[in-house]
Amino acid sequence: MTNKHEKVEKHVGLFFIFTILAISIGGLVEITPLFFQKATTTPVDDLRPYTALEMEGRDVYIRESCNVCHSQMIRPFRAETERYGHYSVAGEHVWEHPFLWGSKRTGPDLARVGGRYSDDWHRAHLLDPRSVVPESNMPSFKWLAENTLDGELTAKKLSTFNFLTRNRSHKDEQGNAIPLYSEAEIAGAKKAVKGKTEMDALIAYLQSLGHALK
Amino acid sequence: MSSFWTIWVSVLTLGTLIGCYLLLRMCLKNFAGVPEGESMGHTFDGIEELNNPLPKWWSNFFLLTIIWGFGYIAVYGLGGWNGLSGWQSSNQGILNLAESKEKSALAKETGMLVQYDREVSAADEKYGPIFEAYAAQSIEALAGNEEALKVGQRLFLQNCSQCHGSDARGTTGFPNLTDKDWLYGGSPEMIKASIMDGRKANGMMAWSAALGGEQGVKEVAAFVLSLSGREVDATAAEAGKVKFAMCAACHGAEGKGSVEMGIPLGAPNLTDNVWLYGGSQRAVETSIANGRAGVMPAWDKILGEQKVHVISAYVYSLSQK
Repeated sequence: MTNKHEKVEKHVGLFFIFTILAISIGGLVEITPLFFQKATTTPVDDLRPYTALEMEGRDVYIRESCNVCHSQMIRPFRAETERYGHYSVAGEHVWEHPFLWGSKRTGPDLARVGGRYSDDWHRAHLLDPRSVVPESNMPSFKWLAENTLDGELTAKKLSTFNFLTRNRSHKDEQGNAIPLYSEAEIAGAKKAVKGKTEMDALIAYLQSLGHALK
Repeated sequence: MSSFWTIWVSVLTLGTLIGCYLLLRMCLKNFAGVPEGESMGHTFDGIEELNNPLPKWWSNFFLLTIIWGFGYIAVYGLGGWNGLSGWQSSNQGILNLAESKEKSALAKETGMLVQYDREVSAADEKYGPIFEAYAAQSIEALAGNEEALKVGQRLFLQNCSQCHGSDARGTTGFPNLTDKDWLYGGSPEMIKASIMDGRKANGMMAWSAALGGEQGVKEVAAFVLSLSGREVDATAAEAGKVKFAMCAACHGAEGKGSVEMGIPLGAPNLTDNVWLYGGSQRAVETSIANGRAGVMPAWDKILGEQKVHVISAYVYSLSQK
């Protein structure tokens, strides 16, 4: 048996291992370092954690799959920054779990939509998008105004985020990590959202977007 | 990038390129122990595998991609090295806007190839003088300049039409900008101030409790509607007139609004039959009972003063026709 190649061709396990090795190199080079580099794990100076209400709004955003039609990622092209503001940087997103960058823009990018429109506008727009933008093809999200939050899980969400971001939070002068949420904030989370509607929460979340680099 | 990750990326990348080359070289040799063109010794469904060499065009292309890979690295860099061209898409790792500006300025000074910065400065060179020239003119003068108005309209459609409508006629809750009815005044300066810093209505309070519930609200609504000559229940309006004293602080004794009084409260004129939140009996009652608090966002930081100046001219021109 002089054909060494036959070993690979006739042993599926070995071939499998070689294949995994070959295709993992791209990920090892392009993805792995990003988990450890300073530029991709340091929060930008003004980044603040979501409030309890914004956190609930973010979950509404995820549930309604807003990220399917709206990106939250302004690319470094003038055509985009003229319209949406400063391009997105990694440090704005280090506390996102999961990130909501999206990959398609049926609607506009929302990375810096916070403060661009009034709460009243968002309310009118979410209830009936065409009442304010006649050419819009966004669906109406009427039910958000009817659903009330009970806040049962809000505290749990906040403490989960403390855990998820434990290596990437802001640091105090001594270099100690400052957790995103204090004990008091977690304890008060339920009270902060109880009775608010999902609409209130979603608008609060939208108004917070892009706050860190404005 | 830390030195560990630089090494990690470099070794894996270069190792892969060299590995690909070695693999190709190995496969170009006849290592099967069978002379070229002869049977490898097995058939399947009557198809026999011959020991044919790799096609020349294919292996040459493979080799070319490897050479291309090295060339690409030389131009665009590897690990922490930016390559011979020094190309970067944008300034990475900034922690605040000031740092972003600093880095852009530094890149310009040192001639670094930051694609985004180049794109922006090219545009600034092209459009900067146009906006400079507009900024030097008064808003009234710009409002007579067709070119400037076109620019203003574009900016308006992009940034303002979502609330005020593409024809600037507004909708319920968002003011019509063409009707000479202003919450904060329609002078060029006031328009510009409204856009630059935004407006946060001091807030039409919820008057339901203070007016003694539904009946009081109904009476005041009747009186308010009568101010613009609408037909209303006279007894209710009469009763409402007394209660209107509470409203006069912001809307003026005659209900002509805060602009008439020269104070920027954003309290609308109630006598002109223009209704921001709807002019039906019911809508006016709702406004009185629950209050209203419209917000105009501030555009200073988003658009910058020069663009706001041009938009102001466009908006000003709309009510001059």
